[in-house]
Amino acid sequence: MSILVDRDTRLIVQGITGHVGTFETRLMLQAGTRIVGGVTPGKGGRTVEGVPVFNTVQECMDSTNANTSIIFVPPPFAAGAIHEAADSGIDLIVCITEGVPVKDMVRVFRNIEGKDVKLVGPNCPGITTPGQARVGIMPDSIFMPGSVGVVSRSGTLTYEVVDALSKNGIGQSTCVGIGGDPLIGTSFIDTLEMFQDDPETSAMVLIGEIGGTAEQEAAEYIRAHVTKPVVGYVVGISAPAGKTMGHAGAIISGGGGTAKEKIQALEAAGVAVARSPEDVAGKIIGLI
Amino acid sequence: MKLHEYQSKEIFRQHNIPIPEGVLCTTPEDAVTAVHGFEGAAIKAQVLVGGRGKAGGIAIATPENAGEIAAQIMGLTIKGLPVKKVLVEQKVDIKQEFYLSIAFDRNSRRPLLIASASGGVDIEEVARISPYLIHKESIDPYSGPEPDQLMRIAKNLGLDSALLSTIIKNLYLIYDELDCTLVEINPLVLTIDRDLIALDAKINVDDNALFRQKGMQELYEKNLADLEPLEVEAKKLGMSYVALEGSIGCIVNGAGLALATLDMITHSGGSAANFMDVRGGADAFHVGRAVAITASNPNTKVLLINMFGGLTLCDEIAEGIKSNLQKLDIPVVIRLTGTNQEKGWKILEGANVTVAQSTADAARIAVEMAL
Repeated sequence: MSILVDRDTRLIVQGITGHVGTFETRLMLQAGTRIVGGVTPGKGGRTVEGVPVFNTVQECMDSTNANTSIIFVPPPFAAGAIHEAADSGIDLIVCITEGVPVKDMVRVFRNIEGKDVKLVGPNCPGITTPGQARVGIMPDSIFMPGSVGVVSRSGTLTYEVVDALSKNGIGQSTCVGIGGDPLIGTSFIDTLEMFQDDPETSAMVLIGEIGGTAEQEAAEYIRAHVTKPVVGYVVGISAPAGKTMGHAGAIISGGGGTAKEKIQALEAAGVAVARSPEDVAGKIIGLI
Repeated sequence: MKLHEYQSKEIFRQHNIPIPEGVLCTTPEDAVTAVHGFEGAAIKAQVLVGGRGKAGGIAIATPENAGEIAAQIMGLTIKGLPVKKVLVEQKVDIKQEFYLSIAFDRNSRRPLLIASASGGVDIEEVARISPYLIHKESIDPYSGPEPDQLMRIAKNLGLDSALLSTIIKNLYLIYDELDCTLVEINPLVLTIDRDLIALDAKINVDDNALFRQKGMQELYEKNLADLEPLEVEAKKLGMSYVALEGSIGCIVNGAGLALATLDMITHSGGSAANFMDVRGGADAFHVGRAVAITASNPNTKVLLINMFGGLTLCDEIAEGIKSNLQKLDIPVVIRLTGTNQEKGWKILEGANVTVAQSTADAARIAVEMAL
């Protein structure tokens, strides 16, 4: 009852010996995630939180049969880490790192074109399937297993929404943070498609924000392909044009990418658009 | 990071993209002297925001009226930024104006070359009203612009292919070598003498790549003096601050939640004085600094602090807020939830703050207090 990560996830942590990598490894283990190995070049042979560390992703893959990798590598080296994971034949890469140069990401996307690998992020909080796996940094305590799929460009706002859902007794199938950067690997559409095909997901929540046109494209997709109920929540109606609002991708440029046009597009596609995290929970209750 | 026009043009010059002769001036007197050196000249405000033309920041001057025009432009404040520098440039005899830019495209995840025979105007406007005038070529990051793409653009613009191709190739070189997110020439002009000259120049550099762009890092540090001081102070602390027009100061962790907080203030009939994202791992020190920065905006009548403790611990945040309360003479509304929330609330007990239970509640209370 999930997408992307579950009990069968066998996870590699790239950057496991770093401060954040080690800390998050502990929390992911506590949440029940199966972490089979870690990678830090030059630090192979040690263990971190009981997890064996390897020098390269390939070495780690050869000894562990991992299928997913999570990246906590600093920005200058993050793209290199993604290339390495993608070239090793892994199925899913989740890049948490914020601040990866755009040029590096353009080359990453060029490299993975046509390859059978999924990238989530960068600059994202990762993926949680409650009760099964946490591949990311979302606080475990707010989740509750259930059947609502959540997809979002944001971090803390997603936690607010999930918290409101759980407090109202609405559990989640999987929660995917696709990231706040302008260039990201997995889109709203990719995730909606997976939720639509997942028999255990009965409704979806889409959390968007200003910048780009991903929400409008998602609206088009929902109109044509999604039969399950969708609740939308788009923030930034009060944001000025031309200013980057925290996330690198959250900018209204040339009059395009406003919250208003996104909300209109979603409503036109039959999506119930909420005005607060509590309202998301209320609208979901009304729909299922 | 935005570069000034004069900085962008210097980079153009180094990369053999023709630009008009010009002089950077920091006083009206210097500008007058510079205008006298040319037959006719344009005086252009150098500010790090768009829309300076509409704000009266660009004018044609003659030796007779140069003093008046220079003083006028240097007295302007454009979108909150005072004009401290002007670029005085040789007037160019224009036959036709074009548009040319390279930026990364969110959808194709590749660099996108955009060209139009309708230049010198707002390109978004052209795209909306006459999209057939916009020509796009997606660039393979492995190989750069291909010969057939260059020829197609020249043909569509009705320009000499050799002349235009050199400019596009050099523009791409700048884009690629300097980690730009945008390089734009608007307008690119064809002169009476059939030369192509970049009359304007805009370069945005990827902040995330400054660690490997030494020259750009130097410009970044230099340009901090030309930005909103509170934005700069927040930036130096790794936080994100944007000044707005309203009266409710906001401090939030996370960009999405910060935007949501602003929206809920609007829904409650108020308006925010700023956007402030203190980022995920904020500690007592950073929250304290955020309180000081936000409260120093004279428009701020109420402070709204909204934190969801995940990685950030609520007791840490509460300490950061409490130790700064004595210095404040405005009311504070706090909404604190998540990891260690009870400890956080306990720390704030007896302090002169209003504790709200949800973001919507906090927004409503803050709006009432700001009335």
